[in-house]
Amino acid sequence: MASSFKYLLIATLVVTLTACKFGPVKKRTDADTADEAQTAMAEGEQGAGAEDQRYGADMGAGFTGQELDDPNSPLSKRVFYFDLDSSQLSVEDRDVIAAHANYLSMNQNVSVVLEGHADERGTREYNIALGERRAKAVLQLLLVQGVSNAQAQVISFGEERPVALDHDASAWRLNRRVEILYSGY
Amino acid sequence: MQINKLIIILFLFFQGLSSAQAVLKIEITQGMEGATPIAIVPFDWVGSGLPPENINQIIAADLQRSGFFSPLPEQDMISRPGEASQVMFADWRALNVDYVVVGRMLSQPDGTFQIQFQLMDVHKGKQMAGYSIRSRQPELRTTAHQISDIIYKTVTDVDGAFDTHIAYITVTQNRKSERLYRLAIADADGHNEQIVFESSKPLMSPSWSPDGKQLAYVSFTSGRQEVYVQNVITRESRLVSSSKGLNGAPVWSPDGKQLALTLSKDGNPEIYVVNLSNNKFTRITRHYAIDTEATWMPDGKGLIFTSDRGGSPQLYQVELNRQGAVSRPKRITFDGNYNARASVSPDGKRVAMVHRENGRFTIAVQSLVNGRFQVLTTSRLDESPSFSPNGSMIIYATEDNYNGVLAAVSVDGRAHQRLSLQSGDVREPAWSPFK
Repeated sequence: MASSFKYLLIATLVVTLTACKFGPVKKRTDADTADEAQTAMAEGEQGAGAEDQRYGADMGAGFTGQELDDPNSPLSKRVFYFDLDSSQLSVEDRDVIAAHANYLSMNQNVSVVLEGHADERGTREYNIALGERRAKAVLQLLLVQGVSNAQAQVISFGEERPVALDHDASAWRLNRRVEILYSGY
Repeated sequence: MQINKLIIILFLFFQGLSSAQAVLKIEITQGMEGATPIAIVPFDWVGSGLPPENINQIIAADLQRSGFFSPLPEQDMISRPGEASQVMFADWRALNVDYVVVGRMLSQPDGTFQIQFQLMDVHKGKQMAGYSIRSRQPELRTTAHQISDIIYKTVTDVDGAFDTHIAYITVTQNRKSERLYRLAIADADGHNEQIVFESSKPLMSPSWSPDGKQLAYVSFTSGRQEVYVQNVITRESRLVSSSKGLNGAPVWSPDGKQLALTLSKDGNPEIYVVNLSNNKFTRITRHYAIDTEATWMPDGKGLIFTSDRGGSPQLYQVELNRQGAVSRPKRITFDGNYNARASVSPDGKRVAMVHRENGRFTIAVQSLVNGRFQVLTTSRLDESPSFSPNGSMIIYATEDNYNGVLAAVSVDGRAHQRLSLQSGDVREPAWSPFK
């Protein structure tokens, strides 16, 4: 039991280290961040990010110069999607989450809620657990990059709060997600 | 007299405490071949005006829904006797009817009603049961369900489950797309809906106490998942669990003193048992995988739960005593790669579950005696199976034309029926224990 948990921790660390190859975890200057934002956007366009940016752009409306409000910052991407029955994050998403981790560790007065969700298929309580597992996958990445426990809270709604109400593959894809909600946003 | 694919649609109106009056439609989607033919003769009415309830129609609908009976349509009846002495058995034999029920409702000066009925065996030409019951408004429907129970028990030798309740969750949206979640209870035929609790936040997982007076459920009303227990008569409620992380899947122990539930305060979802008198929590499972959706064995000495410790969700069984788990959880399902959310039959011999096959989620049942596995339904998003207290039917949630509806299937998979609200989703049915 305990050793299995250890393997899980090691697996998480390996994943994180892999992520480091793509997304820097060193303390960054604002100039660095702007460069990465462009990289993340470019990657996003090739990957599953196209629809994600729609959410990001909504969040970022009314840009006033704050990093969180900048639609071109990787921080504008706050929804991450998952495969069926999976809590694996894509390489691109780990990159973006690294940017969030960086922002949060430099702004310790800012906190986030990580909302985990599932699609409607399968049983409701298992889906609540699956949503939590997804949100915790994001939480782990934040914590190992220096975000404090007090800054991030996990909540799972399972399949109870879909964003897409249709009953087909495209709706299911949009509903299997974790949302990063910044306090005050 | 065989009914195959018989479609009967009854529009039944019910009033509850809710201001919004809902209309429930019950549809027998597939009758049972070889169901026992029975005639429920319209009851004589001795009183002024129209009878306050159509007792015989309520009984006929009950028996029809069970799948074991096929009531003769009223227009096919040659005669309409009001009591046993008027029954001409030859007439009913000619109609291939095995049983006849006759009755009379008499209005009493004190405003109550005397309801007499007799159940006759057509082939033996004799009475099998006869009762006179005093009733009053608004309990006339309940009296009719009790008569259905007597008929069912006399003919099949199995207790009827007509005079019982179902609890369920409804979700409606207003014009501003705001969702309203309601925990409701209704008679087993969908009538008399009463709202127990409502919230703009999700409500989930209702579970009956064994005395049928309380419900445990999950609420997000505070913004996070919590488990509450509520008395359905007094409406009094109490918070049972609000620990960090998940607080879900509550289910009452057979002795009514404990709840099994899922908590993730240790880092990932584990099954716990909470003693309701001292709020002491005992941890049952210890595994880094998801463990959730526990249900009790009827003797209270074990739980069946969902776990994905083997890679995909499957059912596991664990033995318990007062101190906690006394065995390692043992996997009990092996058909397919998704079996979850168990409901155990009242005799402990069967377990119903949600089963995935070719991307469809269906209701399946497995014998806990010999392991025989049978898929009962054919739709694609079935969930939340719950046994009737007599073990003969399983009620579950399914989807019809993009709406969540309730459906029921006989444990042998032969009789199917559907219950749906006219608007909004109905989900997570839980069949009450016997009264």
